[in-house]
Amino acid sequence: MHKEDQPLIFELSTPGRVGYSLPEMDVSETDLSELLPEGFLREEEPELPEASELDIMRHYTALSKRNHGVDSGFYPLGSCTMKYNPKMNENVARFNGFAHLHPLQDESSVQGALELMYDLQEHLIEITGMDEVTLQPAAGAHGEWTGLMMIRAFHEANGDHNRTKVIVPDSAHGTNPASATVAGFETITVKSDENGLVDLKDLKKVVGEDTAALMLTNPNTLGLFEENILEMAEIVHGAGGKLYYDGANLNAVMSKARPGDMGFDVVHLNLHKTFTGPHGGGGPGSGPVGVKADLIPFLPKPIVTKQDGVYKFDYDRPQSIGRVKPFYGNFGINVRAYTYIRTMGPDGLKAVTEYAVLNANYMMRRLAEYYDLPFNRHCKHEFVLSGKRQKKLGVRTLDIAKRLLDFGYHPPTIYFPLNVEEAIMIEPTETESKETLDAFIDVMIQIAKEAEENPEVVQEAPHSTVVGRLDETTAARKPILRYQKAE
Amino acid sequence: MNTPKELRYSEEHEWVQVEGEKVRIGISDFAQSELGDIVFVELPEVGDEITVNEPFGSVESVKTVSELYAPVSGKVVEINEELNDSPEFVNESPYEKAWMVVVELSDSSEVDKLMTAEQYEEMIKE
Repeated sequence: MHKEDQPLIFELSTPGRVGYSLPEMDVSETDLSELLPEGFLREEEPELPEASELDIMRHYTALSKRNHGVDSGFYPLGSCTMKYNPKMNENVARFNGFAHLHPLQDESSVQGALELMYDLQEHLIEITGMDEVTLQPAAGAHGEWTGLMMIRAFHEANGDHNRTKVIVPDSAHGTNPASATVAGFETITVKSDENGLVDLKDLKKVVGEDTAALMLTNPNTLGLFEENILEMAEIVHGAGGKLYYDGANLNAVMSKARPGDMGFDVVHLNLHKTFTGPHGGGGPGSGPVGVKADLIPFLPKPIVTKQDGVYKFDYDRPQSIGRVKPFYGNFGINVRAYTYIRTMGPDGLKAVTEYAVLNANYMMRRLAEYYDLPFNRHCKHEFVLSGKRQKKLGVRTLDIAKRLLDFGYHPPTIYFPLNVEEAIMIEPTETESKETLDAFIDVMIQIAKEAEENPEVVQEAPHSTVVGRLDETTAARKPILRYQKAE
Repeated sequence: MNTPKELRYSEEHEWVQVEGEKVRIGISDFAQSELGDIVFVELPEVGDEITVNEPFGSVESVKTVSELYAPVSGKVVEINEELNDSPEFVNESPYEKAWMVVVELSDSSEVDKLMTAEQYEEMIKE
């Protein structure tokens, strides 16, 4: 069979073939019509695929071979921190005492799990410089929303009902304005200056009595450290607003600088990025949120507390914004993050940051000769190139990204941040060797040369993948969302 | 790049065509070529008030979603509903078929503050 001809599981179906065997029924059977109202009963059998266990195994194994993950190759997706996920994490997450828990078990029977949650809260408090942490949010954007809801509750508790605006920089992650909108705020954009940092003059202009918060990543999405952060904190706090830290880029400063010391009041972390939870295949993520003392009363409940050596869920939190996720967050991912923190230790986490920054700067300097570098300064864990030079030759950043597929790489983030034309955003992470970085750089240099000498090969890429260039425009304009069985 | 002389332009790449007390608004040829293939256009409703320099809708291309910034203030009296089904008009015919809204001006002096075609061409050269 041709590799591109992998049929759908529905097309592999043969009537009557089964891939399972169930034990004999040992309870009495009841007619469904006695249990459900007529309107909810289906009239036709669902057309489920019928295949053997081996057919199913081969089908999904074939599909999995078409996938690209950190375990199969370099994945320098900017702002996503696609670092290696140590297999030690998987071992620990599979311990019986973690994997086989029931969320409704009595607290006395899950003291070990509660201890892990408590210790993780403590570690994250230390790493971020905050005063308390909730482990509930399911991922980054959920953490943003949780943090903003707490800020809202804080202002309201102070009788401050006119703080309706959240300020975000023009280089912000798209989730920031989205979370602010969902939390009921209006978003105001603050401009970047010629160095790629938040323009303080513009910030002073937009803050005021209606400012609820400023949302910021530091380093920002250009990979640049917001060196005026203390002054920015003063400006926002002076106006009565709060500072929100988007932890997407924590890998650049972890164990070197703490958001809490920079003046941030609320922080979310992406345990699935910085703390090696597996991601990229749909998660699940984990987005704990830390707060300074004055916001503690508003944290989602319950929080794990410790009293006389006994761990318990504290539900007695009258000002809490409530529960933001069923049960206690994505516990399995939190186990992995805890394992990672304990494996690395404080010195290990410092080394992570150092290597992440070193790798990014090394790549940036080698590539700066071949691609435009809009902000020519030391970067942190990631950097942004511009495909402007190649665009003049008729080769767009999208083409460069597609061409990278031919060499077995997951392309970097493209067309983001929005304030850089034809942006290419590269984050190598600390877990890649110099050999891997060099190999990728050489390919990027080759593509830059191809753009000059043989642009068609880039414009028409990819050439070696299972499917070629997709017609993304037609897919978006005229989407076919439902499988139609061939007659 | 096509920049019709009779239109006025905003820094956010909207064009404005004066029709008496009303103006017709769309996005420039330069804007559509920077955005790439447009797949969705979100417009305000007839009767909505729009305010100069504030978003009044958005265009989504294969690579990004961009806000449409009002070049003038006023009341929306007409919207181009054809763009719902045919967002490709923005790429194919940015000045004709892909007009987006017609607005009744609340302050006609705002039009005078917009760029001429020559000024706009100068700006996009950079």
